[in-house]
Amino acid sequence: MGKSRRDFIKISALGAVGVLVGSRLLTAQNNTVIPESLKGPWLMPEDLHRTPTYCEVCFWKCAGWTYKNKDGQIQKIIGNDDDPNSNGRFCPRGTGGVGMYYDEDRLKTPLIRVEAADGTQTYKEVSWEEAFDYIQEKLEKVIKKHGPESLALFTHGSGGTYFGNLLKALGSQNITAPSYAQCRGPREVGFIATFGEGLSSPEPTDIRDCKCMVLIGSHIGENMHNGHVQEMSDAIDKGATIITVDPRFSTAASKSKHWLPIKPSTDIALLMAWIHVLIYEERYDKKYVEQYTFGFEQLKAHVKHMTPEWAYGITTIKPQVIRETAREMSYASPATIIHPGRHVTWYGDDTQRLRAVAILNALLGSWGRRGGFYIPDKAKVPGVPHPPYPEPKKTWRDAMNGKYELADLALANGVCDATIPSATNDANVKAWIVNGTNLIETLPNRPKTLEAINALDLMVVVDTMPMEITGYADVVLPECTYLERYDSLRLTQHREPTISLRMPAMKPKYDSKPAWWMAKNLAERLGKGEYFPFDSIEEELDFQLKKVGSSLEEMQSIGVKKMEREYDDLYYRDGEEIEFNTNTGKIELYSTSLEEYGFDPMPKYTAHPEPPEGYYRLIYGRAPMHTFSRTANNPNLTDLMDENTVWVNPKVAKEWDLQNGQEIYLQNQDNVVSTFPIKVRITERIRWDSVYMVHGFGHSKKQLSRAFGRGASDTELITNVMMDPIMGGTGMRGNFITFRFNKA
Amino acid sequence: MRYAMAVDTKKCVGCSDCVVACQTENDVPIGYCRDWIVEVTDGTYPQLELEHRSERCNHCENSPCVRCCPTGASHYSDGGIVLVTKNKCIGCGACIASCPYDARFTHPKGYVDKCTFCIHRVKKGQEPACVAVCPTKCMYFGDLDDPNSDVSKVIKKRKYKTLIPEAGTQPQLYFLI
Repeated sequence: MGKSRRDFIKISALGAVGVLVGSRLLTAQNNTVIPESLKGPWLMPEDLHRTPTYCEVCFWKCAGWTYKNKDGQIQKIIGNDDDPNSNGRFCPRGTGGVGMYYDEDRLKTPLIRVEAADGTQTYKEVSWEEAFDYIQEKLEKVIKKHGPESLALFTHGSGGTYFGNLLKALGSQNITAPSYAQCRGPREVGFIATFGEGLSSPEPTDIRDCKCMVLIGSHIGENMHNGHVQEMSDAIDKGATIITVDPRFSTAASKSKHWLPIKPSTDIALLMAWIHVLIYEERYDKKYVEQYTFGFEQLKAHVKHMTPEWAYGITTIKPQVIRETAREMSYASPATIIHPGRHVTWYGDDTQRLRAVAILNALLGSWGRRGGFYIPDKAKVPGVPHPPYPEPKKTWRDAMNGKYELADLALANGVCDATIPSATNDANVKAWIVNGTNLIETLPNRPKTLEAINALDLMVVVDTMPMEITGYADVVLPECTYLERYDSLRLTQHREPTISLRMPAMKPKYDSKPAWWMAKNLAERLGKGEYFPFDSIEEELDFQLKKVGSSLEEMQSIGVKKMEREYDDLYYRDGEEIEFNTNTGKIELYSTSLEEYGFDPMPKYTAHPEPPEGYYRLIYGRAPMHTFSRTANNPNLTDLMDENTVWVNPKVAKEWDLQNGQEIYLQNQDNVVSTFPIKVRITERIRWDSVYMVHGFGHSKKQLSRAFGRGASDTELITNVMMDPIMGGTGMRGNFITFRFNKA
Repeated sequence: MRYAMAVDTKKCVGCSDCVVACQTENDVPIGYCRDWIVEVTDGTYPQLELEHRSERCNHCENSPCVRCCPTGASHYSDGGIVLVTKNKCIGCGACIASCPYDARFTHPKGYVDKCTFCIHRVKKGQEPACVAVCPTKCMYFGDLDDPNSDVSKVIKKRKYKTLIPEAGTQPQLYFLI
């Protein structure tokens, strides 16, 4: 138990730099990424005027080239033509990635939390040696007292590979990313229950060849999933029909043949009514359904009463529109995509809603068909050889009391729960490493996150920027940006398997270092050096590449290498015999696995609470030039958009006498008031029962000079979390706000 | 040779990639831009329309900015591209006042700056940076005197509009609608 509560350190009143001579650090690691003594048949960053990389601004990992100007400074970043994720074109965030390198607010030195004489807490600038000494001492203590299973890693960046290796080597499996239970988890479990496999990333949606795409909870075009935005544009060129279901007139809605301005939280009713129309008008793919699916008769009986008229009363979408749009989907079938969306944690019944999406796709025969969902493949490269990982005696699941067994990845909120001491918490997590994820803005129900943090014996945050999460750390380690380091090979799935190399364009700025170097140093100190057998990451990458007929030298000059598909076909052959990875071996319209666990085998509509009088549902989303709270300080990207606004319907604005651009505070149903005011945007594009804001603003850390106080944080207003009982996803759209003209 | 650009408003999503790509390609300082996004909403919920377009200097055939420049810094170059010779520009701002499209700005170094259709790239057979980066491929560039150029083909096929045609500047930026 720490001596005092972990205060949020707001002001960077940094003390003297700790000076320590000594070298338990790896050879010659002062400000260079690679040891001086390295010899190898590959080039150094300074020898190349353009270096290959893959982007780290979001998680699409587009491959590209970093160009330097005649002064050897980074000039621009453009796409690699051979990359299926980007097709040679980067999105605005990737193009603006230069700003990550040049951002003068970056973390510059390691920091350790210290307590001053007057009891206030602040950070002291220290050397890497001192930081590692501190971490080693604390980790050894925690492991001795509570076992290695008390360690956890939160990661949403490439560094996770190395810290993950370290944690597993120590004997912990508590490795989690917020991209699961805070984002796409329900759709993975919903699709696994139906098709026997999840979607992963990028989703294998065959958008460029689709004839009809249904976006229900997706705002592609504001959500800048690069390759998918490109393919949607191709589809528009080919005359594809786009149907968008959204309470807001999104950019995608403006390019749609049909926009269904649905009442928020009623989506399952619409999906089930569509299923009803396809079945009762016999517009489903009969051959496909007969050959590949299980449970059709049960489904037919289940949706009998779920008519368009029934759905109209719930969703406010007219019955004729529901029928017309179902017919459009059927005419285009199998080249119809009911898009699974990405961030699907809304109301707690999200796995069931994604089951309805999966079922609809199955009825249309789009899974495994051209213009629907293709069969992705990924390149296989041998891993780094190391001894087997020790088997942990317990994991975060031991704090879940048997809940969420269907979750196929670790829940970030689950690890949080496993950290808060309680009678039912058997997992007893005591130390966190947090890499590349700003948990304060990521996890809903902030008070709970803070409760967990305060219960920790050690918190190490590894980041490039002084994000809010760094204010709670015991140790802050400055990571260099992706433009200054090597990382593991990118092997993401696509139509064609590819390998992509990230190499540094520049040496790390300030005293920042790459994650692999930090993890290796810690591993050596903790007696796990054999899990990092190579002296340098160049050697490690070259070793792996040589196993697949390439080399580091080759990859430095091409950036992306295409590999052979393991399976010949992108799509199922007509009438092909297929066994799906489900209990019945078929696509389960009726889910036997959900039934096994005591959940509804077919989705049902449940009404969700509506905003009380004078309150509006808080809806949030993305802007194409930003990635969550990660980019809000990037000089190039804040130049494009430097704050969010709250979208208010003109009828509502009139009621409250609001003016365009007026600054107001937002207060939610639990009386939480936004820390900062936000400007009003009066627009017809939002329903009168909701307000909309882009996520990722309202930063409260002063060191983020461009982001501090700009706009408001939606996360701090998301205190009502609707838990998905199936996989533990945190539904965030059950919060309602009202307007306040002053803070007090 | 007559260079022109077309932007397909049906595909533009207003992502602003064209803005930041231009800045990094052309060393445009942060806080300034040679191109920008315009978003226009029309109608009442739920009968709504939304248009996104990427705007920049129109490289007009009858440009008031060339006509009013006292030093000749503002001039026509290859293919009708309108350029500013930096060291001839005295920063008087007459061109800025004369442009109906608000396309010009005073660079912090003192001269007037604007879109150059990336003439340095065009001369090497490349497309302007904005056209090359656009993720929706909604931008077309080329020689209007060549019937096979991308821009010639697309404005033959599609309905288009130009901005403020009544000003008589004969803009060479076409918006497909």
